[in-house]
Amino acid sequence: MTTTVTTGQAVAARAVDVWKVYGSGEAQVIALHGVSVELERGQFTAIMGPSGSGKSTLMHTLAGLDSVTRGEIFIGDTRLTGMSDGDLTNLRRTKVGFIFQQFNLLPTLTAEENILLPLSIAGRKADPKWYETVIDTVGLRDRLKHRPSQLSGGQQQRVACARALVSRPEVIFADEPTGNLDSRSGAEVLSFLRNSVREYGQTIVMVTHDPNAASYADRVIFLADGRIVDELRSPSADAVLDKLKGLDARVESAADAPRAG
Amino acid sequence: MLRATLKSLLARKLRLILSTLAVVLSVMFVSGSLVLTDTLGRTFDNVFSNIYSFTDVQVSAKSATADAASGNSQAILPMPAADVDRIKKIDGVKSATGSVFVTGARVIGKNGKVVISQSGQFGGSWTGEDELTKLIAGREPSAPDEIVINNGLAKQAKFNVGDSVDIIARAEARKTYKVAGIMQYTGNRDSMAGETTVLFTVPVAQQVMLGEKDVFNVVDVRGQPGVSDDQLRDNIKAALGPDYTVQTGEELSKASSEAIRGLLKYFNYFFLGFGTIALLVGVFLILNTFSIIVSQRTQELALLRAMGASRWQIIRSVLIEALLIGIVGSLFGFLVGMGLGALGASAFTSLASMESAGLGLPVAAIVTSFAIGILVTMISAVLPAIKAARVAPIAAMRDAAATDKPLTGITIAGGVVTAAGIGFLSWGLAGAGDATLLLVFGGVLLTLVGVALLAPMISRPLVAGLGAVFSWSVPGRLGRRNSSRNPRRTAITAGAVMVGIAIITMISTIFSSLSTAIGESVEKDLQADLIVYGQQTSDVPPVIQPGELEQIKALPQAQTVAAVTYDMVQLDGKQDFVFAYDDVAAGAAVLKLRTVAGRTDRLDSGEFMTDEKTAKDRKYTVGTTIKVTFAKGQTKTLTLVGITNSTTNGNGILISNTDAQAGFQFPQPIQAMVKVKDGVAVPDAKAAVEGVLKDNPEVSVQTKEELVGSSQQQFDVALVIVQVLLFIALGISVLGVINTLLLSVIERTRELGMLRAIGLRRRQTWSMVTIESVVITLFGTVLGLVVGAGLGAATVTALKSVIGFGAVTLPWGYMVAYIIGAVIVGAVAGLIPAVRAVRLNVLNAIAYE
Repeated sequence: MTTTVTTGQAVAARAVDVWKVYGSGEAQVIALHGVSVELERGQFTAIMGPSGSGKSTLMHTLAGLDSVTRGEIFIGDTRLTGMSDGDLTNLRRTKVGFIFQQFNLLPTLTAEENILLPLSIAGRKADPKWYETVIDTVGLRDRLKHRPSQLSGGQQQRVACARALVSRPEVIFADEPTGNLDSRSGAEVLSFLRNSVREYGQTIVMVTHDPNAASYADRVIFLADGRIVDELRSPSADAVLDKLKGLDARVESAADAPRAG
Repeated sequence: MLRATLKSLLARKLRLILSTLAVVLSVMFVSGSLVLTDTLGRTFDNVFSNIYSFTDVQVSAKSATADAASGNSQAILPMPAADVDRIKKIDGVKSATGSVFVTGARVIGKNGKVVISQSGQFGGSWTGEDELTKLIAGREPSAPDEIVINNGLAKQAKFNVGDSVDIIARAEARKTYKVAGIMQYTGNRDSMAGETTVLFTVPVAQQVMLGEKDVFNVVDVRGQPGVSDDQLRDNIKAALGPDYTVQTGEELSKASSEAIRGLLKYFNYFFLGFGTIALLVGVFLILNTFSIIVSQRTQELALLRAMGASRWQIIRSVLIEALLIGIVGSLFGFLVGMGLGALGASAFTSLASMESAGLGLPVAAIVTSFAIGILVTMISAVLPAIKAARVAPIAAMRDAAATDKPLTGITIAGGVVTAAGIGFLSWGLAGAGDATLLLVFGGVLLTLVGVALLAPMISRPLVAGLGAVFSWSVPGRLGRRNSSRNPRRTAITAGAVMVGIAIITMISTIFSSLSTAIGESVEKDLQADLIVYGQQTSDVPPVIQPGELEQIKALPQAQTVAAVTYDMVQLDGKQDFVFAYDDVAAGAAVLKLRTVAGRTDRLDSGEFMTDEKTAKDRKYTVGTTIKVTFAKGQTKTLTLVGITNSTTNGNGILISNTDAQAGFQFPQPIQAMVKVKDGVAVPDAKAAVEGVLKDNPEVSVQTKEELVGSSQQQFDVALVIVQVLLFIALGISVLGVINTLLLSVIERTRELGMLRAIGLRRRQTWSMVTIESVVITLFGTVLGLVVGAGLGAATVTALKSVIGFGAVTLPWGYMVAYIIGAVIVGAVAGLIPAVRAVRLNVLNAIAYE
């Protein structure tokens, strides 16, 4: 099933012994406990774990949205740790794409304008051929002049996917992209994401708590209590569910462990 | 429920501060002006009760034109010294002292200029030290050229005992006197109210101040023990008959302070007018804030409704919030206003060298401030409260998507109100007698409200057009779209700016039209090249000394010289101004008058002339007679002998010089117009006239161009004062812009987070918010400019028949300045919201619900 061979050399994003600590003293919460992970280029990676396991924190730090307490983050060869806001903004313009649970489209802009927004903010032009490909892939050609309020949830999320894809970023980070969608729209979005990995070699990192969604990924990383506890390659929904059950049991056994997330 | 209201109120501190600030600024004007006038009123009361504290009864001759209530004290009627002896013999009189004390003694300072005093330049007779006055240096005046001056004058002009001082007295030309003594009033006061006082020996005072021998203008009477002031007054009244004014000290002090209070009333109206404008703008801001609060709290309100809160409870919760803001805002507004009023009063009293009566706590100011502040806030909150009550419980379950309501209703309402406003305005301007002012005012108000209601509809195309300017950048495009996102909110925010700008533009348009009209009329109607006159600094006009006029006439550069004087008279029972030329033919020549009816080449005693327009207004024809009572007391019947064309400078009733010399308080020429001979350069002629006037410290000569310039300059100064006050109203509307943007930024937190996440720089975020702010401000300004220029032009056109000018001059310079100002103000108003937007933590912003 796997079409891309993953090697240590083709890494799109990398966390090296990352710690994330909130607060201090009594109120101290450790969200990430020395996490090291390499996310291979051209792969669809899902990060899973129970609430408070630190999965969102891990993704936010990888995307350069959140700082780390200790350790290093790399996107490609670029070291994010210690970058200024301006440099991080530049990085987000060129190397990172986002898909949010809430779609987060600008209601004042049409679908087309929303898709092109990251490029126009950066003052770049879209590659026309790639743009056409993206539009066709998400199947929004007849909806381009519509405003977000005139689109269904699934359509809005596909616009958001197109927005992330059109600038051909090194990595796309998707935060629960199907969390606000019904199962059919969710499946549409997920297969679309998987296709962009398979066909165009796009790297995607997705946070989800839905085993079904995770089954679309090439690799699933499981987090619990701020540590990577397990991973699966080419998973099926059932296999993911089994792993999760195991994790839930762990969490329950450590019921008063500090929560984070 | 109350608890929930209070908590939600406190949770939004910034919003609370901004809407409270609007109330504070609006109330400030009202309380400030009330405190100011109250303090000044009491200060003047003190002054007058001091002045008259040692007078039981005062007697003066009754003047035909003097009218204490209108503040006209020009007309002073002398009474013979024999009257003093008559009064002494009246029952109950212990002593009677005749004295001279009138305005019009102009002291020339060491710099050669007249010592200015807004409170009066008094000249009088020295009648010895008494309870009220005492010498603090030197001695009494004994020789005709010796004087006593008050310590205020001595300090102001740095005069010492033994100094020589030049004085132009009311009835005499410039002459040199010697300071024999310096006096103070009881309580070590240098002056009563900042006035300058020169006291001559009695005969000199009679001659130079009243122009006659053995006359006084007042007699102070002290009663015998056991005789009440009222009894004494009645006795004297009965004995002297109706030709005399007899008043007790108390009555005099009351009458004088009432006259001042009458003037202060106008002062009050002026500030209250600005207060009203500020309130109007404040209403917009408060209304807007509450609407935003309600729409932001839609889910919270729906939840309350779902849990069983009734509509009335919801309305009440919004109104309670308004009440609290109203109370707090009124309190601070009152306090700030009181501070400003006190500051104004102390500035005034120190300028006028008066002793301030101290800051009072006028009940009227407290009541008005709180009533206005609370009422305005509550009224502004009624509509948002009703809107809040209409929130359906189901809204709690839905994502509170801001649905765009159709603008049809509001647009129709706006159209109707605007039409009504314009209707009232044209009715008022067409002339509706006593109701004119009310109609015009109401019309302007309605038009402004109507246009504000139309603003959401207008905002779509106009904002798009304005925003197109900024569309070259992505943040510009985003900012522009954001500003047209919620037309109602944008419109009401811009509406507040519009009201301020419209009123400023309207006033600027009227002023600049007036200013141009005056310039043009002087150009057109005045043949004179040079005008000789002085700035009037007291109730005595600066005059050209007769010798000087003859010298000017004799100058080789002068072709025609016409001198004019004027005075207040009773004309057929009403107060009116009449004027006279020393030479009617010369006057007609410089004013380009031509004969319309009768003869206009000369005027003899008992004759008068007028212009076409005045004749038409008063239905005069050649042969009409009028009865004129002059300031000096005599009454004459005058016959109309000629009618000239109307001009802008020389309209009214023109009488003969003979009658003027006999009846006017100040028959000397007040203004002279000089036509320069052909071939003589105007500057040369001006220099020659200046040479003649070098010893006259009061009057100066100006060329026609300088006259136009200086009269226009006065308009500019007045305009600047009005603008400064109106800018405070604009300040309130800027608060509105800040408020709206701040709330927009909060509302769009998640959107801002997303934009930052996909690569919008901090600087770009900044420009996006700033451009939204600038677009809203510009929209309000453009709307205000159009409405204001329209209202101004309508007023000017309507006034054509009243004041004789009708050409509308738009104040282009000011209008461009307002637009530039709007851009700057918009950028500044966007500052706080932009900082907030820029500082947003991207991660929190995305997760923001």
